[in-house]
Amino acid sequence: MHEFLAQLVNGISLGGIYALIALGYTMVYGIIGLINFAHGDVYTLGSFFALTILTALGVSGELHGVALVVDVAIALIGAALLCGIVGVLIERLAYRRLRNAPRLAPLITAIGISFILENVMQIWKGPAPVSFPAVVPNPSVMVAGVAIGAQQFLLVGLAVVMMVALQLFIHNTRLGRAMRATAEDRDAAQLMGININRTIMLTFLIGSALAGVAGFVSGVYYQSTWFFNGFGAGLKAFTAAVLGGIGNIAGAMLGGFLIGIIESFATWKFGGQWSNVTVFAILILVLVFRPSGLLGEAVFERA
Amino acid sequence: MLRLERVSKRFGELIAVNELSLSVAAGSISAIIGPNGAGKSTLFNMVSGIYRPSAGEIFFEDARIDVWPTHRIAAAGIARTFQNIRLFSFMAAIDNVLAGEDSHLHARLWDSLLHTPRQRREEKAARERARELLRFVGLEGVAETYARNLPYGSQRRLEIARALASRPKLLLLDEPAAGMNPREKGELADLVAAIRERGITVLLIEHDMGLVMRVSDEITVLDYGERIARGTPAEIRNDPRVIAAYLGTAVA
Repeated sequence: MHEFLAQLVNGISLGGIYALIALGYTMVYGIIGLINFAHGDVYTLGSFFALTILTALGVSGELHGVALVVDVAIALIGAALLCGIVGVLIERLAYRRLRNAPRLAPLITAIGISFILENVMQIWKGPAPVSFPAVVPNPSVMVAGVAIGAQQFLLVGLAVVMMVALQLFIHNTRLGRAMRATAEDRDAAQLMGININRTIMLTFLIGSALAGVAGFVSGVYYQSTWFFNGFGAGLKAFTAAVLGGIGNIAGAMLGGFLIGIIESFATWKFGGQWSNVTVFAILILVLVFRPSGLLGEAVFERA
Repeated sequence: MLRLERVSKRFGELIAVNELSLSVAAGSISAIIGPNGAGKSTLFNMVSGIYRPSAGEIFFEDARIDVWPTHRIAAAGIARTFQNIRLFSFMAAIDNVLAGEDSHLHARLWDSLLHTPRQRREEKAARERARELLRFVGLEGVAETYARNLPYGSQRRLEIARALASRPKLLLLDEPAAGMNPREKGELADLVAAIRERGITVLLIEHDMGLVMRVSDEITVLDYGERIARGTPAEIRNDPRVIAAYLGTAVA
């Protein structure tokens, strides 16, 4: 029972990262029907940006008090903002001109962008994993006999706050409404006076910024990052989006946490080498019985 | 207000609209009629910016609009409804109307993320206007219902409310009476008249001759992409070319 709870906590932490990344996949798919394979690399880029900012601030170890709050906030917001800008640039330079091309063209382009980002990051920080400073102290509290670290609270807390904010944004604001309308019928949205280029840009900005947040928290959590991290994490997050129902925002969150928990339990019960097998086997089963995912697809917003 | 000058649209070999010239006077209700395939919907698609004309020019209040991006045409004051309803079906009725107001709202990303007083004020005023429009088309009770769950006639009226939300000067109605029963058609005629009372020019495509004859100031008849007649309902009713080409016994 103790181990069960411990694995659950692990799984939820891991799931928070997947959920944040999955949101970007699902938002972009919802609005332009593209599986943005470069998204996982934007997540890695987030950890690189955060690391660079922390280094520039002279941070190399644990922080306390005001410095903790200020430096973490700068690194977090900086990584999110820079990732958002990268996402917008990718859309503007690579995807926009292919918007009315056959679907395979932007898909192949996305894979190409992914390779470019991976190679740029490899040149930037080298081919080996890089250590990430343990900026956030990690005292733990015992809950039902399980130690939960402050970093885990931070990670899950941030993920949940981001998701709630995203839901409020999409449901209660002018720009969120424009995103839902564009996702459902791009031409009609345009005819109602909605600037769809700006709306699509905004979707990339928000999705990529969330990946930047995920990149930062994963750096803090694992205390390391690697240019190739985004490939595996991106694939899992994409799986999470499909599991929840691609295009469905609540589905991406649910899927992210589920994948994290499944992976964590699979590692515990069958060993690490079986975790991917288990995750993808469950994905296949879900898709066989519920092809549109757990919460249903193709609806930008339903929850 | 709206002027088309020798506008053509070709799709490969097919000439959907052929050197059509047309003008719509401000404050009028005009109708375009003609058999299926006469080019009516193509005409609407060119005016609203979905298609670019192959030749010719379109002017709206003396500005040449056929080269503008679609959302700019909408923002300039041309709104439309669709022959096959294209509401945002997974959005509440009021959100559909609010989406129509988009080009008149100013909240930026910053306002939305921080929930600034400016964003709150603007959103509140926008909601009040949206409710007023829902009342105007007779949908005040279903503001929070998903568009897809509304009955057919209500969906047609919601499309009109959404189009009105963009504060158009010119409203294009594409077969608004399609699928309506006689009572609904009567209400629609009243609604079209009330829209004109608000100072909005109306241009409609419609097959229902009863409705067209009742509401229109002027009727243009298209056949094979060309204008074969134009006049008041009384003139059109008695035009031998129109009767031959299209109306047949439908007017009787």
